[in-house]
Amino acid sequence: MSTQEIIAQISYIVAAALFILSLKWLSAVPTARRGVVAGEVGMVIAIVGTLLLPEIVSYKWIVVTLLIGAAIGIPIAYLMPMTHVPQRTALSHSFGGLAVGLVGTAKYYLWHANEPERLTTFIMAVLCFEVLLGFLTFTGSLMAFGKLQEIIPTRPIVYRGQNVVNLSILAIAVAIGIYLTVSPQQIWLFPIFIALALAFGVMLILPIGGADMPTVIALLNSYAGISASAMGFVLENKLLVVAGALDGSSGFILSVIMCKAMNRSFTNVLFGAFGQVSPQALKAEERTVRSATPEEAADILLSASSVVIIPGYGMAVAQAQHKVRELFDQLTRRGIDVKFGIHPVAGRMPGHMNVLLAEADIPYDRLYEMEDINAELPHTDVALVIGANDVVNPAAKHDKNSPIYGMPIIEADRARTVMVIKRSMNPGFAGIENELYYMDKTLMLFGDAKAYLGELVKVIGQEK
Amino acid sequence: MGIEDILSYVFVFVLATFIGFEVIRRVSPLLHTPLMSLTNAISAISLVGALLVLGAEHDVLSMVLSGVAVTAASINVVSGFLITDRMLKMFKKREPGERGRSS
Repeated sequence: MSTQEIIAQISYIVAAALFILSLKWLSAVPTARRGVVAGEVGMVIAIVGTLLLPEIVSYKWIVVTLLIGAAIGIPIAYLMPMTHVPQRTALSHSFGGLAVGLVGTAKYYLWHANEPERLTTFIMAVLCFEVLLGFLTFTGSLMAFGKLQEIIPTRPIVYRGQNVVNLSILAIAVAIGIYLTVSPQQIWLFPIFIALALAFGVMLILPIGGADMPTVIALLNSYAGISASAMGFVLENKLLVVAGALDGSSGFILSVIMCKAMNRSFTNVLFGAFGQVSPQALKAEERTVRSATPEEAADILLSASSVVIIPGYGMAVAQAQHKVRELFDQLTRRGIDVKFGIHPVAGRMPGHMNVLLAEADIPYDRLYEMEDINAELPHTDVALVIGANDVVNPAAKHDKNSPIYGMPIIEADRARTVMVIKRSMNPGFAGIENELYYMDKTLMLFGDAKAYLGELVKVIGQEK
Repeated sequence: MGIEDILSYVFVFVLATFIGFEVIRRVSPLLHTPLMSLTNAISAISLVGALLVLGAEHDVLSMVLSGVAVTAASINVVSGFLITDRMLKMFKKREPGERGRSS
C-alpha cells in the first residue's frame, strides 16, 4: 500500500465513523443538527482522501462536474418550498440510483476493454445487481417524482396483465444478468440489460397511487442504498459498503413502518394497485351530513378545553399549515389545550406532516404520534380533521369488507365532537366512503382548508 | 477479489446493516423526513467511486458516464445536507412561559 492509499483508507474509516455518529445524533431534535455537521465533515474527509489518490491523473473534469453539481444542488436546497420535500426526495433517490448505475456501467466497459480478468463471476454478479437496482431506482424515482409533482396522473395506471408484463420484464433482465455473470464478454447484451432495468423502474411505479407514496419512497430509498453498497463491492471500497448499508437499512425500516401503518405488505403495495375507485363507493350515498359555518365552528372550538388537530395531505395541498398555526396560537392563548395527532402515513412521505407543521413554527412537543394521541382522544372535546381521510376512517377497525380494514387509524371518532374540513363529499384518494362524516357528532366544514381556516381565525379573532 | 476479500466485504456489509438498524430504529418519527434526506446525502458517497473513474481519464465513454455520475451524486451531497439542516432548524420547542404568539 502506498502512503496515499493508506491516507485514503484512514479517511474512509473516519468518514464511516462520522456517518454512524451522524445518524445516531439525528435520533432526537436537540442533537440532530450536530448530526448533519458530522455527516458533512465525514463527506469532506472522504472526498479529500480520495482526491489524493494517484489514480486521479487530472482534476479538470472533476472540478467542472462538482461545480455543476453544486450549482444545481444549492438552489434546490434553499429555494425549494417545504411542501415540495417529497418531490425533492424522490428526485434525489433518482440521482443516487443514476450515479450508481452509471459508475457500474463505466466500470464494466473499462474492465471489459482493458482488464477482462477482473470481471470474475462474483464481481459480475454484484455489478449486474448494482446496475439493475441503480437504473430501476433511477426511473422508478423519476416516476414517483412525476406523480408527486403531478406531471403524470397520481392515480394508479393499471391495465390487464400488468403484473405479468412487469414480472416478465424483471425475469428477462435477471436472466440476462445471470448470463452476463457467467459470460461477461457478451458486451452486446449490456445495453439491453440497462434498457430493461430502466423500463422495469417505470412499469413498477405506474400502478402506484399517491396514497402509497410514503411506502414507495421509503422502498426506493432502500434500493438506492443497497445499490450504493453493491457498488462498494465492485469498486472494493468499504466506505461505500458501509454508507450504502446504512441508507439501505434506513429505507427498509421506514418502509416497514409505513407498511405496518397501512396494514399492508410490500407485495401488496407494489402489485396491489391500491386506490382504484371501488364500485361500492360509486353508488352515491344518500345519507345526510351536518355542516357548519365558520361562526358555529368557532363557537364550538372556543367552548372546548382540549382540541386535537389531525392533519393530512389535504393540508399540504392547500398550503394551510400557516393558517393552522394562527388557529393554534389563538386557541392556545385562550388556554385551550391544542395537540396534533400525526398518522405515520399522513402526507406523501414519512414525517411529511411534522416538517410542514414545524415550518409553520408549531412547537414540536405539540406533535403526537398515533398511539399517544389515541390514548387522549376519548377525553378530547374536539377532533379537528384537516385534509385527512383514510387515516381517520373508523371502517378500518370494524368493517371487514373495507379495503383499509385492519389499518391502524387515529381514532377521531372517539372525541366528543368531530369537525372535518373538506372540499366536498367526494370520497378521498382511495375512493373509500368514510363513515366518520355521517356520525351524529360530526360537523362537516366544507371549503378549501386554507380559506376555511382563514375565516375561522378571523371569527375567533373578533370574539373577545 | 479472492474469497477472503469477498468474505471481509460481506462481513463489513452485515455489521453496517446491523448498526444501521440499531441506530435508525431510535430515530423519532418526528424526524423521519430529515432522516431520509440525511441518509440520502450520506449514500451519495458513491461520489467517491465516480470521482475515481472520472479522474483516471481512461476513455471518453467512461469519462462521460462518470462525469454525469459525479454531477448527480454531488447534487445529492450538497442539497441533501443543506436541506436536512434547513428542515432541522425549523423544529423548535415552545419557549417556557410562552403561550402562543401574537400573529
